Amino acid sequence: MAGGSKEIRAKIASVTNTKKITKAMEMVAASKMRRAQARMEATKPYVEKVKRVISHVAGAHPEYKHPYTQTRDKVKRVGLIMVSSDRGLCGGLNSNLFRKALPMLKQWKEQGVEVELALIGNKAKTFFRSYGGNVVAAVSDLGDTPHIEDLVGTIKVVLDKFDAGQIDEVYLASNEFVNTMAQNPTVQKIVPLEAEAKSETHWDYLYEPDAKTALDLLMRRYVESVVYGSVVENAACEQGARMMAMKNATDNAGEMIKELKLSYNKARQAAITQELSEIVAGSSAV
Amino acid sequence: MAVTMQVDIVSAEGQIFSGKAEMLFAQAADGEVGILPHHTQFLSRLKPGTVRVVSGDEEQHFYVNSGIIEIQPSMVTVLADSAIRAADLDEAEAQAAKQRAEEAMANAKSETDIARAQVELAEAVAQIQSISKLRDRLHKTGLA
Repeated sequence: MAGGSKEIRAKIASVTNTKKITKAMEMVAASKMRRAQARMEATKPYVEKVKRVISHVAGAHPEYKHPYTQTRDKVKRVGLIMVSSDRGLCGGLNSNLFRKALPMLKQWKEQGVEVELALIGNKAKTFFRSYGGNVVAAVSDLGDTPHIEDLVGTIKVVLDKFDAGQIDEVYLASNEFVNTMAQNPTVQKIVPLEAEAKSETHWDYLYEPDAKTALDLLMRRYVESVVYGSVVENAACEQGARMMAMKNATDNAGEMIKELKLSYNKARQAAITQELSEIVAGSSAV
Repeated sequence: MAVTMQVDIVSAEGQIFSGKAEMLFAQAADGEVGILPHHTQFLSRLKPGTVRVVSGDEEQHFYVNSGIIEIQPSMVTVLADSAIRAADLDEAEAQAAKQRAEEAMANAKSETDIARAQVELAEAVAQIQSISKLRDRLHKTGLA
């Protein structure tokens, strides 16, 4: 019986260590999440302002219609930008997103639409390596503070394909930050833009150097900022999800230690009782 | 009360300025522009340089690497690729960047290297100009 209690003691020690680690990870994630949330808030003004400018452009009577605002009749190929986290241990964050995107991938397959994937984050890379798919661009190891410079290349690959007519629509899959405890996986169409055309007005911009260059830059900045915004948001989601996952793990470890302590005490008591009864039996035999 | 317009300067990584202004200067694609309220709609690429926002006696300088400026009669939106307050710029840093760019240009191997070096050089020159303008102004006002 003594052997049994020794094993339990070792187990308690190991679970206690695990609990310490998960507790530490929870606190790290909580503090990182606050910073990630602040970064997320900081990116919002830019996206809002670009959207405002684009809605002005949509309201204008431009001499030049940008291809990003034109819906194409036949969609033969689509681009999907998949935003995931670099690291695991963040609950179902990534798998929920993949589960959300898979039905769309299936549907496209049934319709004979080819999908080109641009992957952001290690987890998407790992997932599509085993799932298969036509990956045209990938970027990972963005760290806790993603920079727009790191994403520009990947976005450019996708937009260049759109410009060349190789893909007809671009979608973005990422997690939406609802609150610290909830993340909402979403897939949205980002190109072509669904611009509300209210063309009662009859003005147009003065462009420098010309309409095409200026609008082209604006549209690219728009797509970049939307993708960058979702990467930053996803980073906040990641920390939130990790915090929750680690909190659950810490709680579970606590429960486990409690149960193990109970059975350890039971084993200890049983050993004492047995020893006593052996002594009593021994003395009465004399 | 002077006529004012709403000015918003934002970069992808955060808001830089938001407020009312009487006049704004920026480096548009075809040269410097000065914007007063009720300007016609205008959309341009921004060159590396300073965006000056005038409101009352106050004039604020913002260094912009590149970006987009959109003008509506009642508001101006500057979408900066990356912008920092001109006063925060370190002249030594700018000089070093210029030197690096020049060095890179001297022994540039491929066309992309040259292009990158030219962009860096243009940015460094614009930063230095922005700083010296700011310094002149500070001298005049007797702050420096």
